[in-house]
Amino acid sequence: MNFDLNEEQKMLQKMVREFTEKEVAHLDEKMDKSGEFPYELMKKLADNGFYGIPYAEKYGGAGGDELSGALTLMELAKGSMSVAFTLATHWVPANALNNFGTEEQKQKYLVPMLTGEKLGAFALTEPGAGSDSAGIVSTGTADEDVWVLNGNKVFITNGGVSDIYVICVKTDKTKGAKGISAFIVEKGTPGFSIGKKEDKMGCRGSSTTELIMKDCRVPKENMIGNEGEGFKIAMSILEKGRMAFGALGIGISEACLSVAKKYANERQAFGKPIASFQAIQFIIANMAMEIELSKALLQKVASMYEKGEKCGTEAAMLKVFTSEMAMKAAKDAIQVLGGYGYTRDYPPERYLRDAKFLEIAEGANEVLRFVIGSTILRG
Amino acid sequence: MEILVCIKQVPDPTVEVRIDPKTKNLVREGIVGVINPYDKNALEEAIRIKESQGGKVTVISMGPPQVKESLREALAMGADEAILLSDREFGGADTLATSYVLAQAIKKLGKVDIILFGKNAVDADTGQVGPIVAEKLGLPQITFASKISVDGNILLVDRHLEEATETIKVTLPAVITACKELNEPRYPNPLKIMKAARKEITVWGKTDIQVDAAKLGLKGSPTCVLEIFSPSKSTQVKILNGSPEEASQALFTVLREDKVI
Repeated sequence: MNFDLNEEQKMLQKMVREFTEKEVAHLDEKMDKSGEFPYELMKKLADNGFYGIPYAEKYGGAGGDELSGALTLMELAKGSMSVAFTLATHWVPANALNNFGTEEQKQKYLVPMLTGEKLGAFALTEPGAGSDSAGIVSTGTADEDVWVLNGNKVFITNGGVSDIYVICVKTDKTKGAKGISAFIVEKGTPGFSIGKKEDKMGCRGSSTTELIMKDCRVPKENMIGNEGEGFKIAMSILEKGRMAFGALGIGISEACLSVAKKYANERQAFGKPIASFQAIQFIIANMAMEIELSKALLQKVASMYEKGEKCGTEAAMLKVFTSEMAMKAAKDAIQVLGGYGYTRDYPPERYLRDAKFLEIAEGANEVLRFVIGSTILRG
Repeated sequence: MEILVCIKQVPDPTVEVRIDPKTKNLVREGIVGVINPYDKNALEEAIRIKESQGGKVTVISMGPPQVKESLREALAMGADEAILLSDREFGGADTLATSYVLAQAIKKLGKVDIILFGKNAVDADTGQVGPIVAEKLGLPQITFASKISVDGNILLVDRHLEEATETIKVTLPAVITACKELNEPRYPNPLKIMKAARKEITVWGKTDIQVDAAKLGLKGSPTCVLEIFSPSKSTQVKILNGSPEEASQALFTVLREDKVI
């Protein structure tokens, strides 16, 4: 058992931390206020090799391990949840291609995604199917050498700003989850368009939109895996996304701790810094304890993925715990800053709005508690 | 083009360095070593020259084993090779003894076209090592470079001076020291990080280079630091009374006397 980061993880963490402090953090407030996608900044991430960190060198990645990917997201999230979340989302379709794609699909789509030329999005959720994702109704119908896709997807992160979309539709309405297949759809494909952009409460620098497919014809070779394997693929990559969410939750909690700590040491009340009062010390202690515990679990989950072990339950635990920790950390940071914390001049209220998202997406916490509980009760 | 960059690991300048009032030494506890910022400019320029002209960038440093971390960072930015000069007998060296070891190591490397340094290290602030190495190797030196253009084996270098910019033409080989106006150093690249982290760094001790033991480390250092202390901070408050006009006039006089304006 060794909790030390290895040399490459330490070097990568240092680089991402420096990059985040200099290039990312100061832009987060602006992104939050304008709700605009940071194209230029994402280009900078791409140019600096961020898009392919935890992927094999032969597909244009950096050859980093699972923990390297998680550390990257954690450090980025300290400066901007929106940016970290955009990258984490990019890695979802990348995982679909990496784990289930053919060699041709990898060369054509995964390589440009990892080298930073193209951004990706993954689409499963529909107006009538979120947690109940097997209940999607958009369709794919075979027509000679193409599949014709029809239907709407909602709440699609990186929608409208991506070049490559991995979209799940029903190719056999009679089969439920086993009737779902996954397709690669390129931006600009006739019949494929971007619908409403969501005006979100937080993560406002990330783009979340509706996708519309109207007789959208995609070549047969764009199906990932076999017909009917879409749900299996989706569940597998979303499960891994929970580790990414854990990293985001830890990152934003650390940002909360950092703001609260700085303010507590500077703010004077009753003739001394408020950091000298036990009430504040306890808040800081609780934040720090939970962050430390979460990091240990993140390392464990990353290590299990690295070894190819099944860790759906552990990843779900990490996601639920860290998302709730992040909410609490943001709420507590606001409390430490008092009246100032309730204003938009200080970042904790933004952190709170950003953190709320972590409890909802990538498997709502209620669904994941159900997964964890039922697994434990069965075992 | 064979390019050599000499770097120094310094205490992180973004963290306030304390001096132990008793031992008069830097309190190194908890302070991370980083590449001297101007050395990063030197390294960035070396990599850019390599990218446009072809060739190889070697990075070299003298110091204890933990300097390997900085050398690995240099590799992750784009240097091809890294050499650490490390030996107990190199310890305690002043600028003269440091320059001696560097010059001897550079002689061992053989053909070098450009040798780059940062204009000075931000810890001791002497700015002497680059120029001394140039003298020891008998090479021309151009300090405070803010722009370098390559034309075959000739360099056009802008020197960033206080009141002016001086442009100098030099035939290679030459020694150049970089200032921050030269460029914006890149971040280490993730793929290169993975490779650099796994790479073995070459270490040369005193037996690996031709050196005269009397010129090494403390023995070879004529400089003797007698005392080092933090400047005492004193603030005085002066209240200027009178009407706004009188107070402004008084403030103007004070600022004039203190040579602020």
